[in-house]
Amino acid sequence: MVVSYTIMIFWAIVVLLPLYWLLTTSLKLPIDVNMGPFYIPFIEFEPSLHAWDYILLGDLANDTIRAYKNTVIVGFTSAFLTVLLGTAAAYGLTRFSYRPKLGTILIAIGCIALAGIAIWAGVNWILAIIAAIVLFIVLMQTLGRRFKRSLGNSDIAFWLISQRMLPPVAVVLPIYVMFQTLNLLDTQAALIITYTAVNLAIVVWLMRDYFQTIPIEIEECAAIDGASRFRIFWSIVLPLSVPGLVATFLFVLVFTWNEYLLALFLSGANAQTLPLTIAAQSATRGPQWWYMSVLILIMILPVIIIAILLERYISRGLLVGSIKG
Amino acid sequence: MESAEIEPQGPEGLDPGLEASSSTPKRRRRRLSELPERMAGNAFLLPAILMVLFLAIFPLIVSAYLSLSRIKFVKGGFEINFVGLANYKKLLTGSEQTHFLGKFGDPSPIGWIVFWGAVAAMAWGFIRYIRGERRTVIGTMGRIIAMLIMSGALYLLIHVLGSDGRPGTIVVTWIYVFVGIAVQYSLALGLALLVTQNIPGRRFFRIVYLIPMMITPVGVAYLFRMLTNTDIGPFQPIWQAMGLGLYSWVTDPWGARVAIMIGDIWQWTPFMFIVLVAALETQSVEQVEAALVDGANKRQIFRFITFPQILPVTLTLILIRLIEAFKIVDLPNVMTNGGPGTATESMTLQAFFNWRALDLGGSAAIAYMLLFVVTFIGIAYVNLVRGRVTEA
Repeated sequence: MVVSYTIMIFWAIVVLLPLYWLLTTSLKLPIDVNMGPFYIPFIEFEPSLHAWDYILLGDLANDTIRAYKNTVIVGFTSAFLTVLLGTAAAYGLTRFSYRPKLGTILIAIGCIALAGIAIWAGVNWILAIIAAIVLFIVLMQTLGRRFKRSLGNSDIAFWLISQRMLPPVAVVLPIYVMFQTLNLLDTQAALIITYTAVNLAIVVWLMRDYFQTIPIEIEECAAIDGASRFRIFWSIVLPLSVPGLVATFLFVLVFTWNEYLLALFLSGANAQTLPLTIAAQSATRGPQWWYMSVLILIMILPVIIIAILLERYISRGLLVGSIKG
Repeated sequence: MESAEIEPQGPEGLDPGLEASSSTPKRRRRRLSELPERMAGNAFLLPAILMVLFLAIFPLIVSAYLSLSRIKFVKGGFEINFVGLANYKKLLTGSEQTHFLGKFGDPSPIGWIVFWGAVAAMAWGFIRYIRGERRTVIGTMGRIIAMLIMSGALYLLIHVLGSDGRPGTIVVTWIYVFVGIAVQYSLALGLALLVTQNIPGRRFFRIVYLIPMMITPVGVAYLFRMLTNTDIGPFQPIWQAMGLGLYSWVTDPWGARVAIMIGDIWQWTPFMFIVLVAALETQSVEQVEAALVDGANKRQIFRFITFPQILPVTLTLILIRLIEAFKIVDLPNVMTNGGPGTATESMTLQAFFNWRALDLGGSAAIAYMLLFVVTFIGIAYVNLVRGRVTEA
């Protein structure tokens, strides 16, 4: 018992001491930071709100507020979109059976490749796409019936979920070029779209297992009463899966809220998110610890409050089925 | 209404317009009348599929092409020249070799023992498999490829970690991933066992332990840069007492790597912790009680009852962290900027630096190597684990 408490308190200190240091640093004058470690406010150093003032009201206020707004908009929009698309896909994968023919997929890939080569070789892109679609339809009409081998739901699910293995750095260059040609570089839209794609795999994975634990009988009853599939999904399945949805939403939100690498590639001054603002405080005059501490604090505060409020939800919702293998 | 059956009987093709229609006219008519219902399945799944196709698969293909070319920036655009495998060659044998793989040194005797021991173990397993009943062509091929890659990786490892060798970014990434996961898991399991005991105040600890996971990695990086500062950080008196007052972590290769790993461990132990707590709480109590009646001690209960019950969760958890940990970039970039030299660069960071230096082909090649490594380790891990679990 005593041993347990000792270890638990020790680890709590390990977790909290850095945060305490963050808080005190944000209240120190630069000279108090550089003169060596001071631990206790009012006794060892006189707390000052100069950094808070500078970040929130002073010179940097506009930048901070813009970055904060970007982070909030990008985070919530993309978390919402991801959960929406991912949940729909997960529901589809647990309640419908899909049997895309292997041959169909191969022909589609072939046509897309041909169109790509044609565009690359200088053919007008509208023409190339139309030709590819025509070719695809002709091939499907002539050969389509003969295909026997098909993929099942688990194959599709595995394919979707395995996208998480993709290192972002492997796809970010073409995405960068794509947004550049679409004139979307350095906009919130670019970040929202990219984050949605990146996090989709997590949502599909978590929610698919969640849906497998929801009994199908209720939905069957509703179906017998004549409810359409969308209605069943919207007014029966979604309300039943609130814990899972909340946990998943929070996970995705935290991921997008904290994301750094993709934002570094895809955003400049306009769509800059908070992690980039923090990183920028290490500029020419060396790291500005006091400003950084303020920024880190205002950035983690909302997430930590959410986490504390929903701690039970997170562990329960996340684990209903998914991680058990 | 027949169409309203929920039984998985929905669409049979991925693409609504193109699915194989059935042969009899009667059935065809019925299916037409329920078109909206049939479309529903596709409406649920297609948006996600399209999203992944356009933002993951197509970029991946383009990336593959980029990794095989050299991109030159000319006035008003750029020109792409196909150069074959030159970018990869540069990484593995050419001018970037010491940066990517590392500088080869002389392996210590222990290194050689480990290497040949592992090779012998793999060969033995392979022979047993060949002699066994269940061998298949794909299984045999897969094992041969896996053995070759693993021997190569070990060979690389013992050479760059030997005397006057220096690990490159690929080895540094492995170190981050494997050491990080091992430490995180041990810590998280210990803590989870502690807070699932029936003692007052456990909810408080549980919430506190969760916090680091929520902090942005960039923030964690700066935080640990502050904390590990031996001059103005909070542990300055301790360093002073140990005579390390002027020692700087970030100028010593292993010191810098350890500092980064500590930050990573601080941040990600909570994730493993929360999942393990949930797993421990859902285990059945009866077996433990029965064992207690039979006079089993705590260690036996953990070894023979608790651990087997949380094993599936453990295996999935490690897989998740394995996949995520390979993407590490924020901490080395912010804490040490990859330095001293290239000592703390991860593969993603190296790809980013190459991109910043406008070497897009080289950047894509590194990204592909990373993808290859992650995929290989992921597949190998899943196969290994599946074999063990079914055997047990």
